[in-house]
Amino acid sequence: MKKAISLNVNGVSCTAEVEPRMLLVHYLRDVLNLTGTHVGCETSLCGACTVMLDGQAVKSCTIFAVQADGSSVTTIEGLATGGELHPVQEGFWERHGLQCGYCTPGMIMTAAQLLDRNADPSREEICHGLEGNLCRCTGYQHIIEAVEYAAKKAAGS
Amino acid sequence: MPNSYVGQRVKRTEDPRLIKGLAHYVDDIALPGTLHVAFVRSYYAHAKITNVDVSAAVAAPGVVAVYTGKDVAKVGPVPCASALPGLKVPDHRVLAGDKVYFVGHPVAAVVATDRYAARDAVDLIVVDYEDLPVVADVEQAAAGNGPVIHDAFSDNIAYKMTAGEGDIDAAFAAAERTVKQRVWHKRLAPIAMEPRGVLARYFPGEEELTLWSSTQIPHLMRTQVALMIGMPENKLRVITPEVGGGFGSKLNVYAEEALLGWISMQLNQPVKWIETRRENIQATIHGRGQVGDIEVAFKNDGTITGLRYNVIADLGAYHQLLTPAIPTLTGLMLSGAYKIPAIQINITGVFTNRMATDAYRGAGRPEATYIVERALDLVAADLNADPAEVRRKNFPGKDEFPFHTATGLDYDSGDYEAALDKAQEIVGYAQLREEQKKGREEGRLIGIGVSTYVEICALGPSAAMPAGGWESATVRIEPTGTVTVLTGASPHGQGQETSFAQIVADELGVSINDVTVIHGDTGVVQYGIGTFGSRATAVGGTAVFIAVQKLKEKAEKIAAHILQAGATKVSFEGGKYSVKKAAGATAATGASEPVYPVGEGPAGALPEPQTEGRTSLTIAEIALAAHLAKELPPDTEPGLSATYFFEPKNFTFPFGTHIAVVEVDRETGDIKFLRYVAVDDCGRVINPMLVDGQVHGGIVQSIGQAMYEEVVYDEQGQLITGTLMDYALPRAKHIPTFELDRTETPSPVNPLGVKGVGEAGTIGATPAVVGAIVDALAPFGVKHLDMPIKPEDVWRIINNDSNGI
Repeated sequence: MKKAISLNVNGVSCTAEVEPRMLLVHYLRDVLNLTGTHVGCETSLCGACTVMLDGQAVKSCTIFAVQADGSSVTTIEGLATGGELHPVQEGFWERHGLQCGYCTPGMIMTAAQLLDRNADPSREEICHGLEGNLCRCTGYQHIIEAVEYAAKKAAGS
Repeated sequence: MPNSYVGQRVKRTEDPRLIKGLAHYVDDIALPGTLHVAFVRSYYAHAKITNVDVSAAVAAPGVVAVYTGKDVAKVGPVPCASALPGLKVPDHRVLAGDKVYFVGHPVAAVVATDRYAARDAVDLIVVDYEDLPVVADVEQAAAGNGPVIHDAFSDNIAYKMTAGEGDIDAAFAAAERTVKQRVWHKRLAPIAMEPRGVLARYFPGEEELTLWSSTQIPHLMRTQVALMIGMPENKLRVITPEVGGGFGSKLNVYAEEALLGWISMQLNQPVKWIETRRENIQATIHGRGQVGDIEVAFKNDGTITGLRYNVIADLGAYHQLLTPAIPTLTGLMLSGAYKIPAIQINITGVFTNRMATDAYRGAGRPEATYIVERALDLVAADLNADPAEVRRKNFPGKDEFPFHTATGLDYDSGDYEAALDKAQEIVGYAQLREEQKKGREEGRLIGIGVSTYVEICALGPSAAMPAGGWESATVRIEPTGTVTVLTGASPHGQGQETSFAQIVADELGVSINDVTVIHGDTGVVQYGIGTFGSRATAVGGTAVFIAVQKLKEKAEKIAAHILQAGATKVSFEGGKYSVKKAAGATAATGASEPVYPVGEGPAGALPEPQTEGRTSLTIAEIALAAHLAKELPPDTEPGLSATYFFEPKNFTFPFGTHIAVVEVDRETGDIKFLRYVAVDDCGRVINPMLVDGQVHGGIVQSIGQAMYEEVVYDEQGQLITGTLMDYALPRAKHIPTFELDRTETPSPVNPLGVKGVGEAGTIGATPAVVGAIVDALAPFGVKHLDMPIKPEDVWRIINNDSNGI
């Protein structure tokens, strides 16, 4: 019944046998103990569970772990490299882009993807890029400013 | 002493763990051997349960236990803390007994070895229902007619209440003019991004139960859950790990919290339940849910002389913690920012076959502000006057505070005109009105909405609260010099780990990095009330501030003793107590650094501070001396720690002016923000960045209520908006760029002068947004529209199509 899968998660090879119905988010959280990826709605509408799958931002609550077999996954825990915060993480801290923090990992992963695709986005493009992620605390303005900060920071470095 | 931190945009100390994904919410805590719980919930709004067959579920793989209402009949009841005269309180148990009375009512709990197995077994439980007539019409319920939900009562009227001062009948009899309007406040779902969740672990040897719960009120929950499951309160520990938002929805004690504790005690194993979003919309409290008639008496010059609000409050099927109290808060704030000599509210609270309503950000006060602000707009429209000027005419002057209202409150301080002036100046009000006029001539539909709100915060004096309105704090300096703050408040996103540390670091003259704020653990923190009602900083922050003063009083005595100076001969500056210098003497130096560099700390006992010949000591050195207790003044308690429980003498009353400018698209009915200006006055500001964040978030929840959000039940009591696909929340693309500013009128109620800001946005913004949309549609004769105002509604008005409205 169980299927063997092999993934590279945050640069580490991980193999496991999982039920075919196990969601990727549960594999990350319950099997690998990477609990930074959150579940907020189970219908792929809130974006709290966003991770990078082979470089693409995906909602890990609506993808099975077996579908990710052979892929590389980056979660929020793997975004900072060499102890340095990713510019988006830094932007969220600098610009108060988070309050309760629950949507934050997904929001940061989405924003990182957004900047990968468009290094100098307009405010409108940022809002469009974040459309799949809900935040109930910040009212988004500081999140938008955090992404603008990250874009500037990345351009400067 | 100049402040290094208070008033500054200090970055949050909470953030590093959150932005790295290393924080722990309830579901992130994994205890060995944890079992998972899933619920069978009613899909009927009102039905008799004739049979529950759990046999297939019990036999299913991984299932450890199944419980139904019969098994847990003695657990509970789910508590209601409001004690209104004549209130009917249904006996609501943690699982349904022989009846269900709302969609989502839990009927059975399945416990299994993993969450998938638990969910599978839910589908194997067969519940036989006999459906009963549904109470969906609040007006019928308020009239005392129709089917009755609770057998113990003769009708669905939970309570009736009248409040207010002044001769309201005389005001209307003598009125030069009157206006009347029916207004709906639709039900809203709070939707904290982290759903609720509970992890319970019972140690049978120690007879100790620990509950990790996503709550705003750990101590109140401990008291209530101990009562619900019949265990000594001092054997129950409640821990709130990271909490992913609350907005009032976690200011409650729910069936699941007690039930999980009870199940863990039956099985002697940890058990966990994490709410799904569907469960969250079904069975976590809703907000608002009022329909009422506003009547205003006023003079031809716009002076308001009387306000009456007859309201039916949809309480839902039973009471959660504060359900019946919420509409009474509406009554308290009906004077708004105005001098209104006679005010009356007549509340009829009714049971319906829906989830309970309760506190959602603002909790009864957004309703009040909306009513008063809509009333002022209606008066302005009736007189063909500018809505800002009608407001200005009715303000109390800044020298009229404390200002007594006809709702029985005494507003602490305010300068309403200053906030209005500032907002009008920022938005360029006069010019905007010109542009609007010109735009209308060109066929553009621009609307300007003004809200000059006042809110009631810092809840509150204990006399006005069901379970104490004070807050507690302990401040202590550890032997190695770091500072620990224990607060009874329970922040869940507001940032008090930072703002309280700012207060303490300034008062002690230490680095903010040496201050740690601990909250949300009843095993560690002294009893506290929690975080809600914009109270944490105004009440909890004040407790912290006064506790520091107590600690400093003791430190000063110790310093004077060690420095061999008289008690009045030492002074405190820059984190050091020094012997006061004779005029012209040079500054004392030589204080040692309190924190040991890595690897350089002492191997065993901490060395005593070298005090010989010193003229000053750091607060850390005094803490160490107090800990070692070898050189203390006679009769001095060892240690350097102080605890304070602060009881506020009054509420605080923040205020402000919000101005929204919108343009309506004639072709599509789409509503676009052109500007949004908010001038808020929340008293003294500890951290402007956090205040801005609170205001932004509140305004967007207001925009949600005004334009998107509505919990919809059909006539059969079915929840139509059961997922985020159907319940529309504002997203990044829906918001304007906010232009924020402030006025600062300190509160005399607490020594910090702070008022509170957590709910300002949700209270102040809704009427501004609705006012702007109504104003945009004024050329079509529109004077009022009910929320949420959708493009379809707007399109129909423009196209004179009444179908569906």
